[in-house]
Amino acid sequence: MPPPADEAAGFGMDLLRFAAVGSVDDGKSTLIGRLLYDTRQLFDDQVAAVEAASARRGIGEVDLSFITDGLRAEREQGITIDVAYRYAATPHRKFVIADCPGHVQYTRNMATGASTADLALVVVDVVNGLREQTRRHACIAALLGVSEFIVCANKMDLVSWDEDAYRAVADEVETLADRLELSSWRVVPVSALHGDYVVERSDAAPWYEGPTVLEALEQAPAGAWASGHGTDLGGGARLPVQWVLRRPGGGRSYAGMVNGGMLRTGEEVVVLPEGWRTTVTGIETYDGPLDEAPVGISVSVDLAGDLDVSRGDLLAAATDPPSVMKVFLATVCWFSDRPLRSGDRLRVKHTTRTTPARVTSVRGRLDVNRLELDPADELANNDIGTVELTTAVPLAVDPYRHDRITGSFVLVDEGTNATVAAGMVGEPHLAGGTVGAATAPKPAARPA
Amino acid sequence: MTEAKTHRVDHLALLESHAIFVLREVAAEAERPVLLFSGGKDSAVLLHLAVKAFRPGGLPFPIMHVDTGHNFPEVVKFRDERVSQLGERLIVASVQESIDRGRVPDPGPNASRNRLQTTTLLDAIAQHSFDACFGGARRDEDKARAKERVLSFRDTFGQWDPKRQRPELWHLYQGRVQPGEHVRAFPLSDWTELDIWQYIAREGITLPQIYYAHRRSVVERDGMLLAVCDWVTPAPGEEVREESVRFRTVGDATCTGAVVSTARTITQVIDETASSRVSERGATRADDRFSETAMEDRKREGYF
Repeated sequence: MPPPADEAAGFGMDLLRFAAVGSVDDGKSTLIGRLLYDTRQLFDDQVAAVEAASARRGIGEVDLSFITDGLRAEREQGITIDVAYRYAATPHRKFVIADCPGHVQYTRNMATGASTADLALVVVDVVNGLREQTRRHACIAALLGVSEFIVCANKMDLVSWDEDAYRAVADEVETLADRLELSSWRVVPVSALHGDYVVERSDAAPWYEGPTVLEALEQAPAGAWASGHGTDLGGGARLPVQWVLRRPGGGRSYAGMVNGGMLRTGEEVVVLPEGWRTTVTGIETYDGPLDEAPVGISVSVDLAGDLDVSRGDLLAAATDPPSVMKVFLATVCWFSDRPLRSGDRLRVKHTTRTTPARVTSVRGRLDVNRLELDPADELANNDIGTVELTTAVPLAVDPYRHDRITGSFVLVDEGTNATVAAGMVGEPHLAGGTVGAATAPKPAARPA
Repeated sequence: MTEAKTHRVDHLALLESHAIFVLREVAAEAERPVLLFSGGKDSAVLLHLAVKAFRPGGLPFPIMHVDTGHNFPEVVKFRDERVSQLGERLIVASVQESIDRGRVPDPGPNASRNRLQTTTLLDAIAQHSFDACFGGARRDEDKARAKERVLSFRDTFGQWDPKRQRPELWHLYQGRVQPGEHVRAFPLSDWTELDIWQYIAREGITLPQIYYAHRRSVVERDGMLLAVCDWVTPAPGEEVREESVRFRTVGDATCTGAVVSTARTITQVIDETASSRVSERGATRADDRFSETAMEDRKREGYF
C-alpha cells in the first residue's frame, strides 16, 4: 500500500454501511432524504430537481423521499420499490446508505440492502408502533448478522412529542431486542419531516438526552463485517480462489479476497475440499508483495508445491479450517412465487463455486412475530425457513454466525437463472442463540 | 460472542479491493466479457483496476469504445495511447457506421449523438456475443443509477427492468444468462466523484488533459458552456468567449458542458470537487435534462 497521504483530502477515513429498514410508509426514504439534506450532502441542482418534482405533483412542502425514490414508478406510487444506494461523509467516516423498500413483496430487495450492512436503521411510525413488517425486517437484519441497531421513533410531531408515545415504542423495541438478542440498540425520537433529532437537536423533546441519528451513526463501531468486505472475528484466514494468475516465468498464483482473519506469508494452509496441506510462500499485489493481508483485501497467493488448485477451491488456515460437507442444514429467505419444496433441484452459488443442489427436506418456517420455528413442508415467497440441502460436490462451509462469506450462499433457478433464495449455513441464529433450538431438529453442520 | 478485531483499512483500499473482486468474479464466470471504455476518468480508473486485477497476465477481455464521432480529440488520443501502452486489444464501435448503415437517423450537425450510442452499443454486443460488459458507472451519478445492482441483468433487447432486478446478496454476484442476454457489471458502483479523484491522486492515474483547467473557446447554450469545435458551432446570437475551463465528465462534445475553473492540478481538482455545490452530471450533461427520469428512460433502452 502507498503511504497514507493527506488526511485533509479525505484519506484515512473508515467506511460504515447501513441499511434503512422498516414498514412501508413509516418514513424511511424521508428520513434518509432529511439526513442527506441536513448534512449538505446534496448538490444544489439535486435539491432544485426534488423541489420541482414535488411542485409538479402538487405537494406543498419539498418531498424529501424523492431524493432516494428515483424511479418513475416509485414517484407515481409514493413507495420505494428497490434499494437506493446513497453516500454521505463526515470528517472521519464515509457512509454507504441502502434505503430499503418496506413492502412485503420487495423483501428480496430489503435483504439485498441488509446483507452487506454493518448497521440497521429501523424506522418506526410512532403513531402505529411496530408492525409485522417492522418485525420481519428487524428479524431478517438480525439473522443476516447485523449487530448494531438504531431505531427511529418517527413522526413524533404527529403525537406532539409526547414522551409516553416514545416510551411505548421504546418498550416494544426492548421486547423485540430481547427476543432477537440484539447486543447494541437505541431508540431516537425524530421527525424526519421537520428534521428534529436527525442531524440537528431541537427543543421539542427536552426529556430526551440521547444522541441524534447522525451522532449515533458516527459513534457506531464499523463492525466485524468489515464494511461489507468479510468477517473478521480474528480467526483463521480463508481465501476463496477466484482466478488463477499465471506468472510469465512459469508458476501460478491464486487470486481472491482475504476473509476470516489475517493471512500471513509462511503460514500453513489447507486447500479445500481436496484437503491438501501446503504453505503460503508469498502474498502478491500489483503494488508489491505483502507479509500479511487483512480481511477485505484482494491479493494473489503463491503456494509451495505443484498443486492443481482452481477457481472454487478454498484456501484456509490449517489451524482453523471450515467443515467440508455435501449435506447441511441452512436457513433460507425464499424469493420466488413458486414455493420451495422438498426434492427441488437448484443451483447453489457458495463463495466462488457453483454446483447443483437438491432440497432434501424442508424442516420448518420461521414465524417472524413469535420468532419461533413452526413445522412446514414448503416455503412461500418471502418466507424464512430451515431446509436440508445436498450438493453435488462438497463445499467448505462455516456456520453463518461465524463467517458471513463462507457461511452464505444463494440459490439459483436452473431454468430462468433467477436468484431465488438467500441462504445461511446453520439454523436461524440470532446473537444469543439458535431460534427454536429446543424443538427444531439438530443441525447437521457443527461449528468448526 | 467473540470480540471483533478491527483492522484499519481505509475506504479507498476497500473500494479498490471490492472493484478488483468484481472484475475477477465476472471475468471468471462470463463466456465473453468486454470492458467499456469512454476515455473518461471513471473508465481510466476502471481500466487501471483491471490491470491491477489481472497482471502479470493480460486482460481476459477486450476493451470497447463506443465512438460517437463527436469526441474530444484529446480523449481519442488518450484512449489510443493508453491501450497501446498496455498492449491490450481495442474494439471501436462507431456511431457514424450505425448512421451510414441506416441503423439510426443522422440527427445532423450540432445535435447530440448521445442517445444513438445505445443502438451502436447493443449492435456491437450482439455482433461479438458479449455476455458481460464492464462499465464505469457510479451510483452517486444519478437517482436511477442509485437503484442499480453491481451486476445488472439485460434481456435480449438489452433492456433494464428496474422493477425486476435480481436479488444481490453479500458478495455473491450471480451473472448467469441465456444466449442473447447479458449483464452490465459496475465495479465502481459505490465510488463517489470525490473517491475517484482521491484514487486518481493516490495511484497517479493519467487522464485526458481536458479534465484540468485550460483556456478554450466556449459558447453558452441551455445554461451550459460547450466547447466550440467542428460539431458545436455558434448559432446566430450566441457569443463565443474564451474561458479557463475544465470538464467534470467526458462524453459527446455536443452535450458535455465545461465548468469555469482554475484547477490545474489534482489537488486543486480535489479541493474544487469537495466544495462544489452542483452535481457532476447536473453541471455538465444536457442529456440528463430532457425529463425527470431521463437516465432511467435511457437505461431501460440499454444505455450504459
